[in-house]
Amino acid sequence: MVEKEFTVDKKEAKPPQEFTQEGPVYNPDVDIYETDEALVLIADLPGVLKENLDIDLNENTLTINGHVESTKLGTPVYQEYQSGDYKRSFTISNVIDQSKIQAELKNGVLRVKLPKAETAKPRKIEIRT
Amino acid sequence: MAFTIFQPTGYNRLYQYDLLQNEMNRLFDSFFGGQRREKRSGGFPALNVSQDSDNVYVFAELPGVDGNDLEINVDSDTLHIKGQRKIQETGKDIRYHRQERGSGQFSRSIHLPFAVNTEKVNAEMNQGVLTITLPKAEEAKPRKINIKTA
Repeated sequence: MVEKEFTVDKKEAKPPQEFTQEGPVYNPDVDIYETDEALVLIADLPGVLKENLDIDLNENTLTINGHVESTKLGTPVYQEYQSGDYKRSFTISNVIDQSKIQAELKNGVLRVKLPKAETAKPRKIEIRT
Repeated sequence: MAFTIFQPTGYNRLYQYDLLQNEMNRLFDSFFGGQRREKRSGGFPALNVSQDSDNVYVFAELPGVDGNDLEINVDSDTLHIKGQRKIQETGKDIRYHRQERGSGQFSRSIHLPFAVNTEKVNAEMNQGVLTITLPKAEEAKPRKINIKTA
């Protein structure tokens, strides 16, 4: 598989409605892959603490909402990136067993495992002769 | 158009670069409609630098980078950051739907505006954010000058 190169630009979220709080909100970069058992979502959320991360499943929409507390160390003299909250939503189909979703946050990387429902797992069909 | 650039007196070597960049940004912004824009050098990782009277702080967002995969070197006024991010999860039955996260090796050097005390440089990783604290060398610290009265 071809490796993806590093990008420096953060993608700013452009929601249909405006946010009530000020400051930039970014779309985190995600990888999503599928195996026979589950769908796995990996998102880069640098600077988000576990207690400031909300993963919300409403009907078929999975929303990741991470708040970044800005560090106030010294006066900024040079800035190449801005800090802001992260928000991104995904539509999830019914084939996911919504009660078994697991999430872990480590080193600023969120990993959400969405197991497939029993009925959606691939099944080999025997052909009778 | 010609504009005069004042020579900064050894205070901030990034200053001249800033001036030009700001000028260019202003030009583009007025043309494309006032968007907020950060300064870019194009290197990875993007760095933020701040300072107080004792230290210089360098920040970088490096989610998923293990501290052991990171190499930080300082000579008196240059900081080198080198490392790699390994994120590929591959397997026989893994099919990617989306792949937006970058991986591979990176390295960046930044010229600091003054000499630092290389013995006491400290670096830490917290939630994927790298913070490097570089104490200023004694001669670079601000000093209060007493005025003698006759």
